[in-house]
Order: sequence, then C-alpha cells, then structure tokens
Amino acid sequence: MKRTIFRNQLLPWLLLAPQLAITFIFFLWPAAQAVWQSFLREDAFGINSTFVWFENYRRLWGSAEYLNSMKVTLIFAVSVTVLSMGVALLMAVAVDRMLRSTRIYTTLLVWPYAVAPAVAGILWWFIFNPTVGIMPYVLGQMGIRWNHISNPDQAMTLVVIASAWKQISYNFLFFVAGLQAIPASLREAAAIDGAGPIKRFFTITFPLLSPTTFFLLVVNIVYSMFETFAVIDSTTEGGPAQATNIMVYKVYFDGFIGQNMGSSGAQSVILMLIVIALTVIQFRYVEKKVEY
Amino acid sequence: MKLMFTASAVAFAVSAATAQAQTEVQWWHAMGGELGAKLEEIVKGFNDSQSDYKVVPSYKGTYPETMTAAIAAFRAKQQPAIVQVFEVGTGTMMAAEGAIIPVHQLMADQGAAFDPAGFLPQVVGYYTDTDGNMLSMPFNSSTPILYYNKTVFEKAGLDPNTPPKTWGEMEEFSKKIIDSGAATCGFTTGWISWIQTENFSAWHNQPIGTMENGFGGLDARLTVNGPVQVKHWGNLKKWADEGIFKYGGPVGGDNAPPMFYSQECAMIMNSSASRAGVIANAKDFELGFGMLPYYDDVEGAPQNSIIGGATLWVLSGRPDEEYAGAAKFFEYLSSPAVQADWASFSGYLPITQAAADEMAGFFAENPGADTGLNQITLNAPTENSKGLRFGNYVQIRGIIDEEFEQLLAGSKDAQGALDGVVARGNALIEEFETQNQ
Repeated sequence: MKRTIFRNQLLPWLLLAPQLAITFIFFLWPAAQAVWQSFLREDAFGINSTFVWFENYRRLWGSAEYLNSMKVTLIFAVSVTVLSMGVALLMAVAVDRMLRSTRIYTTLLVWPYAVAPAVAGILWWFIFNPTVGIMPYVLGQMGIRWNHISNPDQAMTLVVIASAWKQISYNFLFFVAGLQAIPASLREAAAIDGAGPIKRFFTITFPLLSPTTFFLLVVNIVYSMFETFAVIDSTTEGGPAQATNIMVYKVYFDGFIGQNMGSSGAQSVILMLIVIALTVIQFRYVEKKVEY
Repeated sequence: MKLMFTASAVAFAVSAATAQAQTEVQWWHAMGGELGAKLEEIVKGFNDSQSDYKVVPSYKGTYPETMTAAIAAFRAKQQPAIVQVFEVGTGTMMAAEGAIIPVHQLMADQGAAFDPAGFLPQVVGYYTDTDGNMLSMPFNSSTPILYYNKTVFEKAGLDPNTPPKTWGEMEEFSKKIIDSGAATCGFTTGWISWIQTENFSAWHNQPIGTMENGFGGLDARLTVNGPVQVKHWGNLKKWADEGIFKYGGPVGGDNAPPMFYSQECAMIMNSSASRAGVIANAKDFELGFGMLPYYDDVEGAPQNSIIGGATLWVLSGRPDEEYAGAAKFFEYLSSPAVQADWASFSGYLPITQAAADEMAGFFAENPGADTGLNQITLNAPTENSKGLRFGNYVQIRGIIDEEFEQLLAGSKDAQGALDGVVARGNALIEEFETQNQ
C-alpha cells in the first residue's frame, strides 16, 4: 500500500465529508431511527408514544404472519438464487465454448439487467395476467389452469421467475469472467487424459469457479431478500393470502399501509441484523476460506 | 452562515409577499386522471370566485399513499390544511384527536354557512360521531351496484330489462346464461371486502361489529361471522366451484372488470363511480343497471347499502387564515351546483339533498345513473347500515381478502374463514386501541 501524507489535517476530512455526510444522512440516521422506533408503541400521527422495550419484537415472534413471512422469504431466496445462478452458469458455459460470437451473446444476455425491477415486474405481470396474459392462454391449451391471483404456488412461481430473470444477466457476466480466467491448458490436459466434457466440468471447471460461485451466492441471497421489493409490489403485492409476502415487503406494508411504525421498525432491525450477518460471512468466511 | 441568513431572508420575504396577496390553502388528494382534471377545474372555479384565498391541489398518488404522505408530513410539521382520506382511514383519523379539526368545529369557528341537516344522512352518517357531528367533509362517495349485460341476457332467453333482485335469481339466471352458452360465467365482483362483506352485511341489516359497527368507541370488536354472512361466503365458494362466480382478485378486484367487458361474465357488482368506465368499455353490448341482490329469506333485507370513497379532513397546526380559506372552500364545495356538476361527471353520489334534487334532469336523461342514490336512500339507516369504523381497517380489509382466498383454495370453510377474519381483525383492533390510549 502506498501511503499518502497530508500536511494539512483538515484536507482529508474535507475530502471525506461528502461521502460521510451521505452515509450519515441516508444510512446511519434512518437506521438509528428504526432502532428507536422499534422500542415504541405509537399511533399513526405520533401523538401518543410509549416506550415498550422489546414488546414489538415479542409480538413478532408470536405472530403467525411474521413466521410465515420468514418461511416465504427462505423459499423465495433459495429458489431465486438456485434458478438465477443455475441458468446463468449454463449460459456462461455455453457462451464460453463460442469462438467468435461470444461478444454478441454476452451483450444480448446482459440487456435484462438494465431493466428496472418495477418494469420487469410489470412485464411479467402482463405475460402471466390470468385474464389478458399470453402465458395463461398457452398453459390453458396444455390443460394447466393458471391463476396466480388465487393460487399461492403459482404466485410464488411468478415472483421467482420475474426476480430470477433480471439477476441471470448479472450472474452470467461474473461466470463468463470466471470461466475465462481458468487456464485452457488445465482443461486440455484433462481432455488428453480422456476426461469427457461433463467430467471436465465437474472436476476442473466447477471447483475452479468456486470463488465466483460463493461470491454470487451471497450477492444473490442479498438481492432476493432485499432488492425484489419492486417485483413483488408490481406483481402480487404479497398475496394471495400472504403467500409471497417476503420480509422486506412486510416492513413496507405494516409501516406505510398499516401505519404500525413500531412493528415495522422492529422488522427492519431484524432485517438489518440479517444483512450484517451476511456481510460478515462474505468478508470473514467467503473471501478468506475459499481457495484454489 | 451568511448564506443561510440571506436564504432565509429571501424565503421570508417571498412568503410575506404571498401572504399579503392571497392565503394559500394546500389540499392533498388522490384523484388521478380524468377525476384529477375535474377536481382542478372545481378548484379553479373556487379560486376565480374570490381573491382572498387560493386552494392549491396536489396529487399524492393512491389513497394509502396520500394518507401516509399526510401523516408523515404531520410528524414533520409540514402538513397540508386539507387532505383527502379514504373511508377505511376514518378510524385512524378520528382517533387522532389533536391532529385533526372536525369539520363541524371548523365551520362554527370560522362562522361559515353550514347546515348539517341539508346533507344526506346516508352519506355523512359514515363520518359523524355518535352525537351526529360531522367530522370530515364528504367529497367522493359511491356505493356498489349491479351492472349486467343485456345482450347476453337476451341471448340466454332472459328479459333484458329485469336484472336479478335476489341471490336466488342471481344463481338461476347465471345457470341459464351458462347453459345457453351466452357467456361462460354468471357474475364477478370487485371488492370482496367492501361489497360482499361490509355492504352485504348492511344490505341485510346484519352487524359487522359491536357498538354500532365501531361508531361507539375504540373497544368495539368485529362480529362479521354471523350466520347470514357465513351462508353468503359459503354460497360464493359453491358458485366459484360451479363456475357461476369468478373471483377478480384482492382489494378492488382488478381482474373483475375485464371479465365483464370481454363478456366472459354476464354481471358484475362494482362501485357506482365506475359507471363512466363501464360505459366506455361496454362497446359491444347493451348495459343494464340494478341494485345489489339480497336473500329474500333474511328479515329486513334489503335495508340500505353503505358508501365508500373518500372525505376531506382538516389537519391542525396551520395558520388561522388558512382555516378561514378551508371553511370558505367547503362552503363552495358543498353548494348544489358544484356538487351536481361533480356527481354527474364522476358517478359519485351527491352529498346534499339540494344537489340530488338539482340532478333530477341528469337522472332522467341517464337511466340507471340514480341506482346508487336510490339504493343508499332505500331505507333510513339502522345502526347496522350507517357504515363502520374500526382502527387498522386497511389491514383488516387485507385480512378479509386473505381469508376469502383461503376459502376459495379450499383450506377453510366459510365459517372458518369468517372466524379467521374476526379473530385476526380483532387482534389488530386491540393493538390500535392500545396505541391510542
């Protein structure tokens, strides 16, 4: 590391100030408010306010809806991660075999990432709309009755597809880069030793990709848990019967629609703890322990 | 520092200048599209009619978004003088003593012309306290009615001028329509909560909750799991299984109107205020209007339906001259001419008897337009049909949808689903009670 010595004590602070101010105003201050809010019981307008210690948290553990939301989040996050990483890896391996057309395919496959989550949500909402959508019509021809408005499993399928679709591009880029970093000589040596393409993939390519895979695993879990709000909001709004009400959406719904700031605050504190835990795992465990 | 002083001096000078000329009264509302344009036209009419006050309307998104924005603004002491709040937010607004100024008090304080007796009791009753004092100013109120496809009725061999009156006829007509191949589904509905639960209860004179449906105080509880409601939900499930009824989704039931427009379903129950939209979309068939169906074996049915929509609440903490302006604006807004114009345009109900009388010509020219008005004024409201008032009701509406969806999915029977509504709803009402003590 190169050390830069500032003569003026003030200058480094001044240079840091904008970033620090943004961090404080948009991250630390709201986070502190959420923590404070989570210990209060208040009416919507904040006229009556009582400090209730951990009452809001205690209620969450006793709430069937919240436990359901945790279960839904788990199923959702695992499905989105597996689907988006699986498809991305498949495509990356396919593109890696191309000689001249790699760039074109890469560019095309990255496009969905430029679509805003809300727009992606609306897109899939149209495609799967039970009344006017094309997919229910096609599925209907095949004898499958699609109605995610009343069918919880189909609703979950819809939000998983809509959320994973966007993330495939991102995963694909990293997998392609990871694949290109693997020396061709290793695979060629294995090929000379008589290993077929499938054996080569599982014994050479996949283990060598593990740093990329672990990194993407954490990124995708964080994505599916926290950044899919817009997809849920524009497709199912957490329904039917809470079947797609992931934790982030519930924070919004209880706080902004339900005006229950105490419970909403407690839920966001729990989410904050999960993010912190995931970050620690990524820095402490993934970045150090995965070796090749 | 110096910069800050100049900036605030400029801001002060600007605000002083506008204060001298005109008092601005902020009005946050949730009327988008054509309704929003009409609203601005009404405001312009008021602003042009006098020079002391200027009402400034701001569109703040959906009903929940507008209410949330106003509450957040109140917490930050930046609240507008007037905010439009939907009917289920009434419990929350009412309980916020100190945050609101009741309309009857505003009008008395400002010495504005205000005759509570001139308002339609079925409309303002929803927004009065137990002593009959008006708390907010009704602006857009509607009630659910039945729309039906006359062309399909004719094809099915039914009389196109006779809509079904009872749920028995509803079932019978639907079966005829499906059997004749005129349509594949009998009926659909918007708003399971508002239409098939709340209005259904009022229309059959059944209580939704204790203490006059919550009007009596914060310790009222839901009792919507009575035998009449259970029978109806059970029938809806049965009809859904038979294909007679199709579910249009939670909250307002976004998928219900397209099913009616595409002639998949022959009938739909939806807000009287969607009249203009229904007419615009009913291009390929003739449209008929009817009152909500009822069970003829329930004593007292049909009673009267209840309203939905939104009212204008006055928030406290603004300068006094803004309230003078707000009172003047309310005077203008409830005048018969403005009311009749707004109601004829939008399909919302007129809020005063004078406005209803003024609309006689419009009703004569537009058959069916008075269905909603006739329906809410069918009988003098009882304590079961005045409306309802519970805290956290936005979430309770969500619970009604969820339990209904579980009924449709077959994981609960009608009694179990409505018991679920009562148990889960009451937990939220209890929470609201503790928050507001």
